Amino acid sequence: MSTVIFRAIAPYLTALMVLFSIFVLLRGHNNPGGGFIGGLIAASAFAIYGIAYGVPPVRRAMRFHPMQLAAFGLVLAALAGVPSLLVSVPYLTGLWTYPTLFGVELALSTPLVFDIGVYCVVVGTISSIALSLEERER
Amino acid sequence: MPSEQFDWTFAAMAAPFLAALIAPFAKRVLGANAGWLLALAPAAMFLHFLTLLVPVADGQVLTNGLSWAPQFGVEFSYRLDGLSLLFALLISGIGALIVVYSGAYLKGHEHQGRFFSFILLFMGAMLGLVLADDLITLFIYWELTSITSFLLIGFDHAREASRRAALQALVVTAGGGLCLLAGFLMMIGLLGVGSMSEAIALGESFAADPLYLPILILILLGAFTKSAQFPFHSWLANAMEAPTPVSAYLHSATMVKAGVYLLLRVHPFMGGTEAWTTILPVFGGVTLMAGTFLALRQTDLKLILAYTTIASLGLLVMLAGTSVDTAILGALTYLLAHSLFKGGLFMVAGTVDHEAGSRDIRHLGGLARVMPVTFLAALVCAWSMGGLFVTLGFFAKEAMYDGLLQAGASGQILLAVAVLGNGLMFAAAFAVALIPFIGARPQALAKAHEGPVGLWLGPVLLAIAGVTGIVFASWTQNSLIAPTLMAVAGAEPPMKLSYGIYFNEVLALSAGTWLLGIAAFLALRPLRGAIAGLLSAIGWGPDRGFDQLVSALTNLSAAITRFIQNGDLMRYMTVTFAAFALALLLPLFLFGEWPSWPAAFHLAYYEWAVAGLAVIGLIAVVVARNRLIAIVSLGIQGFAVALIFMLFGAPDLSFTQFMVETLSVVILALVMTRLRLTPSDQRGTLKRTKDATLALACGVGTAALLLAVTGLPFDDRVSEFFAQYSLTIAHGRNIVNVIIVDFRGLDTLGEIGVVLIAGLAVLALLRFPAPWRRRDEDDPYDNTHKEQA
Repeated sequence: MSTVIFRAIAPYLTALMVLFSIFVLLRGHNNPGGGFIGGLIAASAFAIYGIAYGVPPVRRAMRFHPMQLAAFGLVLAALAGVPSLLVSVPYLTGLWTYPTLFGVELALSTPLVFDIGVYCVVVGTISSIALSLEERER
Repeated sequence: MPSEQFDWTFAAMAAPFLAALIAPFAKRVLGANAGWLLALAPAAMFLHFLTLLVPVADGQVLTNGLSWAPQFGVEFSYRLDGLSLLFALLISGIGALIVVYSGAYLKGHEHQGRFFSFILLFMGAMLGLVLADDLITLFIYWELTSITSFLLIGFDHAREASRRAALQALVVTAGGGLCLLAGFLMMIGLLGVGSMSEAIALGESFAADPLYLPILILILLGAFTKSAQFPFHSWLANAMEAPTPVSAYLHSATMVKAGVYLLLRVHPFMGGTEAWTTILPVFGGVTLMAGTFLALRQTDLKLILAYTTIASLGLLVMLAGTSVDTAILGALTYLLAHSLFKGGLFMVAGTVDHEAGSRDIRHLGGLARVMPVTFLAALVCAWSMGGLFVTLGFFAKEAMYDGLLQAGASGQILLAVAVLGNGLMFAAAFAVALIPFIGARPQALAKAHEGPVGLWLGPVLLAIAGVTGIVFASWTQNSLIAPTLMAVAGAEPPMKLSYGIYFNEVLALSAGTWLLGIAAFLALRPLRGAIAGLLSAIGWGPDRGFDQLVSALTNLSAAITRFIQNGDLMRYMTVTFAAFALALLLPLFLFGEWPSWPAAFHLAYYEWAVAGLAVIGLIAVVVARNRLIAIVSLGIQGFAVALIFMLFGAPDLSFTQFMVETLSVVILALVMTRLRLTPSDQRGTLKRTKDATLALACGVGTAALLLAVTGLPFDDRVSEFFAQYSLTIAHGRNIVNVIIVDFRGLDTLGEIGVVLIAGLAVLALLRFPAPWRRRDEDDPYDNTHKEQA
């Protein structure tokens, strides 16, 4: 699998895919995309890097165990519903705020936080499965 | 009671749980002295319930409730009448003494903080049980006492015997609890009675209902298992594996009385019928006899006490079963007296064990000189247990004999049983209170000495209470016994509580009881031998029956597991897909919903091309000789489907499909490299034909179902709703994403939870060494290796 061409291109490909996955995650509310697809893209990116360079460098680069990332995502998604309780609307009701930063209006919302949680769960779980399968390959 | 005002009873119900929360920290800061601090919680509760004595004695029934699950008609409510109050006082009063006692008894134990927590949790559960009005609330507290009892019996979890005892207690009492739940649900669902108050208001008309008998049997199953009636009694004897404070508190004074409490609680609307006055005396009487005989056979102080507790519970059930006011008066007085003397005697047994190092009466003796306070407390408690003059026990015995004399012909038999049982319990009481303390002191006990104040305070106070209760007879009667009798039987006490001695036939019966008791005490050794011989001749008891039941259950489930989970992946797949195909095809045939073939396909040329691509992928899968090629070909088909999604205006779906296909090809390929498979297909023709048929059935079924569904007129109300509101209320133009993160957010939350769990499961599977690498290990579900070996 680890041909020279593949090894040469894998870091750029991985970086681009991770970046693209975040782009897809953030644009998701209005355009095709979202946390689930973004997560799948990022997970493929890690899988590609793992195939090219072996699993240990990926694990080092991720710093956390992928399952920790997934668990963090699940907690984040669950917490995203809490603010709505504080303003006495049902759990997980979307709340929006539009602060202006450097003259640009930002649309921040609890669904966005929720979507980031989804993203983390998908990245964590899928890359965890893929990486441990790659580890045992040899 | 107006609900705006702060209700201290709710505070008292919550206090033990809060105390349980701080117990480990208190233990860390104060060490064993934490017992004194933690005992303040039950002591304060005790004072609170004391203040309620006056209104309750006036005939008031205090109730209050909080809304809990109104859609199911469940309320968190309490009902405080004489019966509940008597129990609440026993639970909090004895509870305070037990917490102090545990401080001294388990001093230096590394898990003492945990122990305090457990016992306080139990206290909260037990208190809730006796106060609860709502049936569901009552049931939850009921099971909570079973669970906390499990934790306490298994406290010394390193020993197998205590683990077994804990499990047995849980299985028996929680199993009975489930019967109780069934009974309660019948009351709620079929009779519309949601609380004890409502049922009591119905009164005797309840017993006329055709459902009365099944409800009664279910409730009795709950009460009998909890109160250790024969044949469910063996868990209580085994529960003596618990530390002594637990035995003193749960298994004599409080938890085992929960069943008796329930019987007394339902007596106003379920008692007095023919079924009631038949079933209860029979089971109670048998339990009384079995308990006393088994008690005399024992030599361990705690086991003697445990079996006499079983006997006492039998006596209480028997008396409650007569539905005669005087007998119930006797039962209530006995209940109060028993909690005091048996709690005290258990603590004495624990103190002797703690300070002399043994609980076996064959090895104990002569401790009176070195443990005078403990000895005195033991003697007074036994005095009450034996029903001797000027104790609560004496009056209880007089009242119960008087009541049984009034109970008609069957009362004569019960009277004989009661006299015999009481006589043997008299012997057991003094076996515990005299034998360890008199005679010559064995050499092994040279170092025995009096325990610290924490160890003797409880028994002394309980012993005193047993006597003062009768000295101040009119107070006891007016504040405790009369309101309780009113709650149970709706009657004024037919006789006056007093320490007076009246020379009548009842006293003659009492004298007979004592003579019998003294004779049994003197003949203890030969009796013990005779009973032991008899038991070994029978050779079987409910305790062994329990073990046989449990092993039969585990054998059965192992056999079922071996049958279903036989480890053959091919069989799993065949069963799964066959079921899938049947579920798809059968309804279509049975209901004549077979779809008609669509008249014509209007597809553009590029759509034909994509569909052709999918078909080519499929053919490639089927003809591929190599597994890896088959997996990649399956990917072609998946990409073609993704393209179709794209063409029909679902970019999100298509996008996801692309990613999923890519990842599944990668992961499947990785899995294949890990599995020890031959690279090509080795199935025979017959097997291939079978698999192909199954595959075709699934495919045709799915296609037919899709055709049938799309053939129906499309109901677009839901899509209309999303399209209309996606932007206006959810601020998003991508409807799919808005549905995922906003409209159906809770679903997504559940789904990502499933994703995470599935990931953990995969990790666990991958961590598990492959079967061919662990041949030497024993795998109960893997037959192939055993055959090879």
